[in-house]
Amino acid sequence: MTAPAAAAEHYLAAHRAFLGNGAGAAPAWLAALRARGIARFGELGFPTTHLEEWRFTSVAPIVATPFALPHGGGTSPAERDLEAFLLPGAGRHRLVFVNGRFAPRLSATAGLPAGVTAMSLAEALVRDPEGVRAHLGTSGADAASAFAALNTAFLADGAYVHVAAGTVVPEPLQILFVATAEPEPVVAHARTLIVAERLAQVAVVESYAGAEGARYLTNAVTEVVAGEGARAEVYRIQRESLGAFHVATTHSRQGRDSVVHVHPVAFGAALARHDLTAVLDGAGSSCLLNGLYLGDGAQHFDHHTVIDHAQPHAESHEYFNGVLDGRSRGVFNGRIIVRPGAQRTDSKQTNNNLLLSEEARADSQPQLEIYADDVKCTHGATLGPIDEKALFYLKSRGLGAAEARALVTYGFGAEILGRMAIPELRAQLDGLVRARLLGGGGSAG
Amino acid sequence: MLEIKGLRASVQGTEILHGVDLTIRAGEVHAIMGPNGSGKSTLAQVLAGHPAYTVTGGTVTYEGKDLLGLAPEERAREGVFLAFQYPVEIKGITNAYFLRSALNAIRKHRGLEELDPIDFIGVLEEKAKAVELGDEMMNRPVNDGFSGGEKKRNEILQMAVLEPRLAILDETDSGLDIDALKTVANAVNRLRRPDNATLIVTHYQRLLNYITPDFVHVLADGRIVKSGGKELAHELEARGYDWLRPEAAAV
Repeated sequence: MTAPAAAAEHYLAAHRAFLGNGAGAAPAWLAALRARGIARFGELGFPTTHLEEWRFTSVAPIVATPFALPHGGGTSPAERDLEAFLLPGAGRHRLVFVNGRFAPRLSATAGLPAGVTAMSLAEALVRDPEGVRAHLGTSGADAASAFAALNTAFLADGAYVHVAAGTVVPEPLQILFVATAEPEPVVAHARTLIVAERLAQVAVVESYAGAEGARYLTNAVTEVVAGEGARAEVYRIQRESLGAFHVATTHSRQGRDSVVHVHPVAFGAALARHDLTAVLDGAGSSCLLNGLYLGDGAQHFDHHTVIDHAQPHAESHEYFNGVLDGRSRGVFNGRIIVRPGAQRTDSKQTNNNLLLSEEARADSQPQLEIYADDVKCTHGATLGPIDEKALFYLKSRGLGAAEARALVTYGFGAEILGRMAIPELRAQLDGLVRARLLGGGGSAG
Repeated sequence: MLEIKGLRASVQGTEILHGVDLTIRAGEVHAIMGPNGSGKSTLAQVLAGHPAYTVTGGTVTYEGKDLLGLAPEERAREGVFLAFQYPVEIKGITNAYFLRSALNAIRKHRGLEELDPIDFIGVLEEKAKAVELGDEMMNRPVNDGFSGGEKKRNEILQMAVLEPRLAILDETDSGLDIDALKTVANAVNRLRRPDNATLIVTHYQRLLNYITPDFVHVLADGRIVKSGGKELAHELEARGYDWLRPEAAAV
């Protein structure tokens, strides 16, 4: 048996054990969803670099490690260990998951406003089975990705956010997936479902973190559904352990006149692959993908985005900035589909990569598939060292060489943070960006 | 204040300036005019210390110092300012933050206390009004998404904030409509003092209708071929530059 096939067999066996482990109590539709997931995973197997979609990203290190589902009695982090990963002074309500399992003791859901549901998926399956069933696993992400399929196969828990029609959630809701250092490498199939009904508004901060240096796999799927006129902002902060692997799918589907903002920020993990798909399935809808990745050492980031314009008069803006140092590598693939009939589409994509060392590398590829004739689509990508013109401009105003370099580098991160609407989060991320790019306190900002 | 003697400079091995001589005293406004490709912008960039140009001969003395021996940032801190022909965008850094950093770098060099954001905002608001740039421009990234006119006014705003002793305006008038041109000219006129000087590099006489120069020089083929008073600008406007070319060739 080849290594990928043997690895796939490991997960198939784990799935049989999972089903025999009390998970069989799931309702029939969920059992069917899982069965579809494991079957799809079995068909696809782990991707290899022979596949166009995985050309630049080898999952060999993931395949080589037999990640196991965590046992019930694993370690649990103390509340103070989570502070660094939570928003200071905002977002009182939070769902915390340890190795993929809901941790009620670390969560806080008391006093949620009327019309707002934030609970574990396991609980939602009991309390609101029809609400969950209407949207869970309907994105179609499983069909395209072996990892997403595997996530669905092991679907048992996760985060569920539901905002009733016309309800505006005043504070951001926080979801934290944290991994602990376990004796054996574990996998967490993190799952999030966010539903904003008609004219609802919500901001969710979804964070991923792990014990420093721990080796584990996060295999995450987030589905976002925005109804007519709804507004959903998802801040996705990836701060995994540098020894960890992070594979994720984020899928949003939007109704008429809705707004979805997704802000994927990637700081952590040895290898991180994030597939983002935004389906603009309603006329007049608007979508923002605003991403930042900061790489150092041998970190590898891969963002594959698909913006699918299915209806007319919709707009999408996509900005991804990467700052790559050491031997790190950034891969960006931005596909924009404009379906027949999606006239008056306005789509803009940019991917800028700053290479701070000789060994850092970036690959950027736009992919436009336009089947309508009255559309505006622009894309642009840059990669290279700091712009000498910018440096001279700053020096000509009196800034020293080091300060000028720091300012331009920091600007790459600050540009992306500037589009975020939660001041506390922006300030927190600003601190992290400065620490990474300016080597500590720094002088910018 | 500034004495240029026999200045020669080249870019990528091609000599552009073939020996420029120019003296500017405090309180004076000089205009350098000339056809495209005459070396006007090269002269401006060389004075600011652009790394793409190599000085191959001559001297530039500024306030008694060897200007060419100073790094670009040192020249700025000593009071030299270049308003760029093509201002550069700095993504993610707000105009206000950039200007405060620049002003503080210069203040520090002069042994003055650095300004905190609160003190600075007062300075900035007043200066921004003079160039008719709104407050919202201060919180936008430097030149990012600015129109051509906004970029040029932003250069003059920087000049107003940094208060240079020697300001070099490199084709600041090009691409400006008449209202923006007047705004820029008024701002530059207000900044004129007996202890500073201005060098205006331009292709057109238009800006000089609003900023009256004390001296006008014609740069052609990398040399100053004619100097005169403000009436020379009018003559150039009427006659063009071609009549000066044989003179240049005869030198």
